Amino acid sequence: MLNVRIHGRGGQGNVVAAYLLATAAIEKGLYAQAFPAFGAERRGAPVIAFVRLSQRPVRRRDQVRTPDYLIIQDQALLHVPGVLDGLAEEGRILINSGRSAEELEEEFSRPMTPIPATALAKEHLGRPVPNTALLAAFFTLTEVLPVEALVDSLAGRFKGKVLEKNQQLIAAAAGYFAVGAWNKEQQHAASA
Amino acid sequence: MPQALEGSQALAYAVALCRPQVVSAYPITPQTHIVENISKLVADGKFQCEFVSVESEFSAASVAFGAVMAGSRAYTASASQGILLMAEVLYNIAGTRVPLVMTCANRAVSAPLSIWNDQQDSMAVRDAGWIQLYCADNQEAVDTTIQAYLISERCELPVMVCVDGFTLTHTLEPLEIPSQEQVDGFLPPYHFARTLDPARPISSGTLVSPDHFSEARHSHHQALLKAAAEIIAADDAWAALSGRHYGGLLQQEGPEDATIGVLTMGSIFGTLAEAREEGNHAVRLIRLRAFRPFPVDALQAAAAGLKKLVVLERALSPGGGGILGSEVRAALSELEQPPAIYSYAVGLGGRDVPLSLLGAVLERIEERPGERFAIFDVEVEKLPHEDR
Amino acid sequence: MKRDEASNSIAIKVAELRRRPHRFQGLASGHRACLGCGEALAARLVMEAAGPDVMIANATGCLEIFTTPWPESAWRVPWMHSLFENAGAIAAGMEAALKAQGKTTKVLSFAGDGGTFDIGFQSLSGMMERGHNVLYVCYDNEAYMNTGIQRSSSTPHAAMTTTSPPGAERMGKRHLKKDIVSIVAAHHIPYAATTSVAFPTDLRKKVRRAMEIEGPTFLQIHSPCPLGWGTEGEESIAVGRLAVETGLFPIIELERGQLTGVLPIREPKPVIDYLKAQGRFRHLFQDHYKAREELEHLQALADHNIATFGLAGQGVDRHDSSGINRVQREGVRSA
Repeated sequence: MLNVRIHGRGGQGNVVAAYLLATAAIEKGLYAQAFPAFGAERRGAPVIAFVRLSQRPVRRRDQVRTPDYLIIQDQALLHVPGVLDGLAEEGRILINSGRSAEELEEEFSRPMTPIPATALAKEHLGRPVPNTALLAAFFTLTEVLPVEALVDSLAGRFKGKVLEKNQQLIAAAAGYFAVGAWNKEQQHAASA
Repeated sequence: MPQALEGSQALAYAVALCRPQVVSAYPITPQTHIVENISKLVADGKFQCEFVSVESEFSAASVAFGAVMAGSRAYTASASQGILLMAEVLYNIAGTRVPLVMTCANRAVSAPLSIWNDQQDSMAVRDAGWIQLYCADNQEAVDTTIQAYLISERCELPVMVCVDGFTLTHTLEPLEIPSQEQVDGFLPPYHFARTLDPARPISSGTLVSPDHFSEARHSHHQALLKAAAEIIAADDAWAALSGRHYGGLLQQEGPEDATIGVLTMGSIFGTLAEAREEGNHAVRLIRLRAFRPFPVDALQAAAAGLKKLVVLERALSPGGGGILGSEVRAALSELEQPPAIYSYAVGLGGRDVPLSLLGAVLERIEERPGERFAIFDVEVEKLPHEDR
Repeated sequence: MKRDEASNSIAIKVAELRRRPHRFQGLASGHRACLGCGEALAARLVMEAAGPDVMIANATGCLEIFTTPWPESAWRVPWMHSLFENAGAIAAGMEAALKAQGKTTKVLSFAGDGGTFDIGFQSLSGMMERGHNVLYVCYDNEAYMNTGIQRSSSTPHAAMTTTSPPGAERMGKRHLKKDIVSIVAAHHIPYAATTSVAFPTDLRKKVRRAMEIEGPTFLQIHSPCPLGWGTEGEESIAVGRLAVETGLFPIIELERGQLTGVLPIREPKPVIDYLKAQGRFRHLFQDHYKAREELEHLQALADHNIATFGLAGQGVDRHDSSGINRVQREGVRSA
């Protein structure tokens, strides 16, 4: 079972990101579960959503406390207490940031993988919604699902020009990383 | 091929498949997504019904009641304060013995204000005379909604399908949505025998003197007891069609020779089941699916051989203790060797129920033999000194 | 009636023509209302005009209690009672169901002033706002009579009830009677009207009018209650008539919120005539300045009604407060 926790802000499409991730997995024949840390938050407030991906039916309903992956939609959220809580030792952080991995690691004493998702979204969609770019990057880095799975599940939500723009955005975000980059690093580390 | 659906969306599909002619509802968190999805289905022409957006839960239940009396299948949904606001109508609907199905997206009851999940709301109306079925997951919620119409119409009793708010209603997971043909084959068109009809006028809801009230209550009670067989039959019939079975009145998992049991209702069950497998705990898990009628016989059979039985519930009666716990204790007291009952409230007001709960509970009953009732996950350091 | 084949004509005796067709009796006799009950008479008249193709949602109250002591029922139409405060919503549900089934049966909702002005006000408002095809009839006897005469927001100013008793500090109810028909009309419904059981011709005409309208309609029927008002049973009609003739209970019609009709008062009577006839205003006739003040106040209210709604008649009118219930010898009959 893979556990993912997504941090964002109200109005940023945090739940949508979790649902998209789980939907893509389910459509590829995996079992998955996605739910928000239900709150009464208004726009702009920090929000959390959870995703579990598994080869077997997911029956537990508790919140993800020890995620394997964190997806953070806004680098300012790193200053919110608890955002990094419970992340496994070898857990990975994908973050929406224009800063370099080195800068971030120096400031927060943890390795992080940044992608300027907002900038990419602005460029391709004309709107500052980072979630699709982050998911494209997540799929590429982890190889849990092929990036095409994300395109397929977006096709359920959008069509025509909007879908086309999203496809371009996904391609651009995926192009930021080598396929399976996180896995290769892990293998590299394990063999070292 | 299962679809990736949010629980509420799937419930809206399930309701539409049952073809109610009138749906009335008033929005309340966490029921909102259900009625929003139904509204969209109606707006898109995918679901033919009169959707009545009423001005309160009181009217939501009343409109549904009026619709049934005028000869239509009807549906409503609510939660928490909404359930309490419609409580008077809920009693009235059940007492009139009309078939109706509603979803309770279980949520805590204020004060203090909480929009999150527990089961205090449906427990507060447990004596209203409705059949109450509690679902462990969204697939069961979908299938139980469909079964509920059949049960309701066969028994001339209303059915409340209890679905944990947020924990289920707002969770996306892979779900099988039955086909219209499947549901039509399972749920035939229905004519309510006491429909109001100008050609055959009847008067309903009349004043009953003390000479007949006890008899009315007796019949109502009997109807609920008899409903147990219909609940089992509906689950079996649906299993034959869909391949999915929920145990009728209750569900069990775990070793038969276990001497410790853990009993619960609703979505905690899945978490306990994974915890049991992961920790390889020698416990028997029991989940009551039917709370009304209360399945005394099935429960006695399920608890046979247990030395200790922990009851975990998302509600309590302040000053009394566990509600489910008390009923289980009473039902099992008839056994020759009843298990010691440990009654705990957990997950109140949306408190997360973690996988570690099962282990913690098993430790606790070792440490505190004979503990009658406690709110299990209360954090003592957060309490004022006098309450610790 | 005879048919003459040769001339291909029919002959009818005048007496035969005069014989009235049997009116539909939706509410049968033998129910348990008090003698002289204005509400029972009003309901009978409503049913005569509404006919058999109806379905009734009845709020809790006297009407429900005295017509249906199980296993008896005085209703010859499909009728149900659910609760005190949901007659509007029950009717809305019935109407939605009938609409879904493609049926044209008219839904009626019956409630007293408590079930309409007060506890059932919200569900009434919701039903009208949503435009359900329902005729809502409020039998207004101006207090909670079913529970033993407690004040409602329909109780007239200064009237005595068990919860607005007169005493050293009080002259009966301190507040004004709620103007329900204006509030209802403010929902922009096609038709809202008042009538009185003392004017059966007007009452039946308005029921027929409302029955023909597709959409929410509202009828407030002033219905004297001998027990609650402190009158004798045989005085109900006379007292009800005085309420109209003094201007205290104006008979009006509102279409889409606009005043479109009134029952003109031929000769306005002093309110004292109306108040003196009832025990509930007895305290206003003591020798006390407060009592005199309230009498003046009530007369001012009546005058205000007459002026606001233009109730003053213009001489002798066949359709005014004195003419409307007289048998029209010249063959014109409006009900």
